[in-house]
Amino acid sequence: MKTSWLERLTDLAIAGFLWAFRIAVVLIVLIGSALTLASGKYPPETWLNLAVQGLTLGMIYSLIALGYTMVYGILRLINFAHGEIFMAGAFGGYFVATALAGLGFLNQSPVTSLVSILLMLAGAMAVSVTLALLVERIAYRPLRNAPRLVPLISAIGASFFLQYTFRGLFGPGIYAYPSVDILQVAVPVDVLRMRWVDVLVIATAFAMMGGLYLFVQRTKIGTAIRAVSEDKATAALMGIDVNRAIVTTFAVGAAMAGAAGVMYGLMFRQIFFFSGFVPGIKAFTAAVLGGIGNVPGAMLGGIFLGEVESVGPTLFLDGLNVPSPNQLKDVIAFTMLVLVLIFRPSGILGERITTRA
Amino acid sequence: MVVRMTESPFGQVSWGKALRIGGAGAAVAVFLCVVGIVPVFHERPLITGIISLGQTALLLSALGTGYAAARATAQGGPLALLAAASAGSIAGVALTALVLIGSAVDLRAVFLHASPQLYEILTFGQGLTGSWIPIALGALLGAVGGLVSNVRVDLRRPLTTALFALLLAGLFAGILRAAMLTTPLADLARLLFASVGLTVIGAIATVVLFAGGRELLYYTNLRQRVQEMPPAQRRVVTWPAILVAAVVILVLPQALGSFVAQVIAVVALYVLMGLGLNITLGLAGLLDLGFVAFFAVGAYTVGLLTSTAEFGIAQWPFWAAIPFAVIFAMLFGAILGLPILGVRGDYLAIATLGFGEIIRLLAGSDLLKIWLGGPRGIINIPKPIDVPPDHFLAGPNQIYYIALACAVVIAFVAWRLRGSRLGRAWLSIREDEDVAQALGVNLVQTKLLAYMLGAAFAGLGGGIFASLVGSIFASSIQLFVSINVVAIVIVGGMGSIPGAVLGAVFLIGVPELFREFTEYRFLFYGAALILMMRYRPEGILPTKFAAREVHLESGELGADTVVAAPAESG
Repeated sequence: MKTSWLERLTDLAIAGFLWAFRIAVVLIVLIGSALTLASGKYPPETWLNLAVQGLTLGMIYSLIALGYTMVYGILRLINFAHGEIFMAGAFGGYFVATALAGLGFLNQSPVTSLVSILLMLAGAMAVSVTLALLVERIAYRPLRNAPRLVPLISAIGASFFLQYTFRGLFGPGIYAYPSVDILQVAVPVDVLRMRWVDVLVIATAFAMMGGLYLFVQRTKIGTAIRAVSEDKATAALMGIDVNRAIVTTFAVGAAMAGAAGVMYGLMFRQIFFFSGFVPGIKAFTAAVLGGIGNVPGAMLGGIFLGEVESVGPTLFLDGLNVPSPNQLKDVIAFTMLVLVLIFRPSGILGERITTRA
Repeated sequence: MVVRMTESPFGQVSWGKALRIGGAGAAVAVFLCVVGIVPVFHERPLITGIISLGQTALLLSALGTGYAAARATAQGGPLALLAAASAGSIAGVALTALVLIGSAVDLRAVFLHASPQLYEILTFGQGLTGSWIPIALGALLGAVGGLVSNVRVDLRRPLTTALFALLLAGLFAGILRAAMLTTPLADLARLLFASVGLTVIGAIATVVLFAGGRELLYYTNLRQRVQEMPPAQRRVVTWPAILVAAVVILVLPQALGSFVAQVIAVVALYVLMGLGLNITLGLAGLLDLGFVAFFAVGAYTVGLLTSTAEFGIAQWPFWAAIPFAVIFAMLFGAILGLPILGVRGDYLAIATLGFGEIIRLLAGSDLLKIWLGGPRGIINIPKPIDVPPDHFLAGPNQIYYIALACAVVIAFVAWRLRGSRLGRAWLSIREDEDVAQALGVNLVQTKLLAYMLGAAFAGLGGGIFASLVGSIFASSIQLFVSINVVAIVIVGGMGSIPGAVLGAVFLIGVPELFREFTEYRFLFYGAALILMMRYRPEGILPTKFAAREVHLESGELGADTVVAAPAESG
């Protein structure tokens, strides 16, 4: 087909618009940051505080993002319901925590507190994994060979189904996580400006991600997962149980999300049935940011997003005299997603090209 | 998979399968109870004094369990009935267990709806002495379900018709009664309908009327006869039918009272938006989860241009403002669409979801508060036509007609576009982007047009919404608007115009009319999306094109099942 001049002109206009968009974003970020820093309104401690918050938040995003990225790697499916799996974990942890708090075990001594947290993690992971396997079995497995849009819509359905199941089961109210007192104490190293809860989140996330890395790289089933995400048909011919690899992927991703749910609960102390939705989208953003299908990328993307969301509003927008910039932190996070898709669709560490299947 | 069969003179039964289906039925029944559907819907009677909607939900799950068990396990005969009854009783056992556990431990500490009221419903008020009732009823209903699966198809058809008719009539009984009470039919209304739910006579009348009517249609073979008529004669039959339908649609808001009129105005609005998304999603295959962004642009444009209160800037009439709403929404579509239309479909879904959130947050933020009013919103948005309150165009009625007229226009546009060069380019993109590009379709531009058209109609919907409600607040801009529209299009059938109407009536109208549904609306949407994708991905009222496509694919699937079948039964 010959391209008409009108079509070419439109293409040109589109390219021009995209460049203008890129330049505008860079300008806003640079000028905003320069003005904010020049105004000297914020002492270095504020920035450090924000950076620590961002790191902790980013670790939670990373843990959730791993589930997105692994499932996408193996099935090429955006597991839309993953945010709800995370929320379910937070609820699982909540009920374990209230039971333990009722027994007086939760805050008896630092040791019992630690044991309680481990129990909460176990409970949360159990809930998340069970739910994720159910979702996989009911909503995804029968559609494995359908056109791409079909499982995606099913996933959106699963997401809403789970949200409103939780609303039906536990009501629309906000559940306050029981306080684990030792976690609220500040870490004695003063320059870090951390509470123990931040340390816990960061340490847990690192431990789980390290474990995941070893699991994927060193174990037999990890190798099977990598083989299946490379090429399903060939893997099956090599005698790999494709179904088992997929189910394991869902289970591992859900376990991470469950742990993230407990971390989220301990950090923000409030959960309700809709808690999983926005963190879910952001964690997906983190996964795309790092390069979807890429495990270390998800971690990097999560931290990056957490930092941008935490530091960004003050750094970029305050200098531009935007009133209450913190209202716009989610706007910044979602804009990041669009920016990645324009600037580097394959993500920071990704090799796969997003425009192709 | 090896399934053990019991050999017997009556036939074969695989008990393993019956057990599994019974287990699934038990899970569904317990889920219906603890999620609160049974207790909440128990407050709405279906047939007054006989059965409530909550009980109907349980009844249907038991019937379904028996039906599926009889279907899956045996070729028929008494053993199939036995399998169905045992599957049904497993569901009953689960409910009994729920009652017993719930009476011993307080489940309400965790599950909000596991209350004594629920146990009362399950045991019919008998307390613990009645805990055997669910098992017996489960077995009985399971057996009935099994029986239904065994009877000849010309007996099953009227049964299912009667069941559906009962459900619908029971739901709408109150509204029908209210509408009929003001007419000479008041006595008939009192005879058939209670204030909520049907009377016994009403139920019998419904069953006879609908099951009988459907059988009559079936045996007279009316539809086929009409189709086989020569065109001139067919026109004589179809035109009056269309005319009657049109008249019914036009007098609907006048006949049903102001509350229902408000609801059907909203339904008409969603029909309009569903048809708009039908172009983006149904034709071009772009899953747009950020519909609300353009809805917001349209609503705020109309709000700003027409409002006579604080934030209004022009005090224009509605008719002058609405074209700008459409144009601005389209421009926004272009601005938001351009950066992301280069990427593949499933990224688009998330990116548009992000847009919806961005616009929602911006509308409520302090940044734009000085212009858009933030949470305080823009009020005093005038209605399009200024009439006295008792005029037939007053209030939501005129919005209904306007939305309807716009919907007709959009349907016409979509229908004409479908066969055009552009429409065919969209379809080719939907099927395979790479192939489409190879054939010379300019991907970004073609997608952009679809996206902008969808945005334009979203803006139109938003503008009409602002005028319907008379105000626009940041809190009206919710993700649910997008999800509603997507669900309408998918449940109705992608690309199908009657599908969008049906989808809007059921997914918007029913929850708006009945309080019980509001709480579980998105639970139903979620379940509907999953089930539709699994069993009927072409939607309830698919286009001929989509249906043919799916049938072609399922033909291949059928061949697979034939090959796999011996392994299944071995």
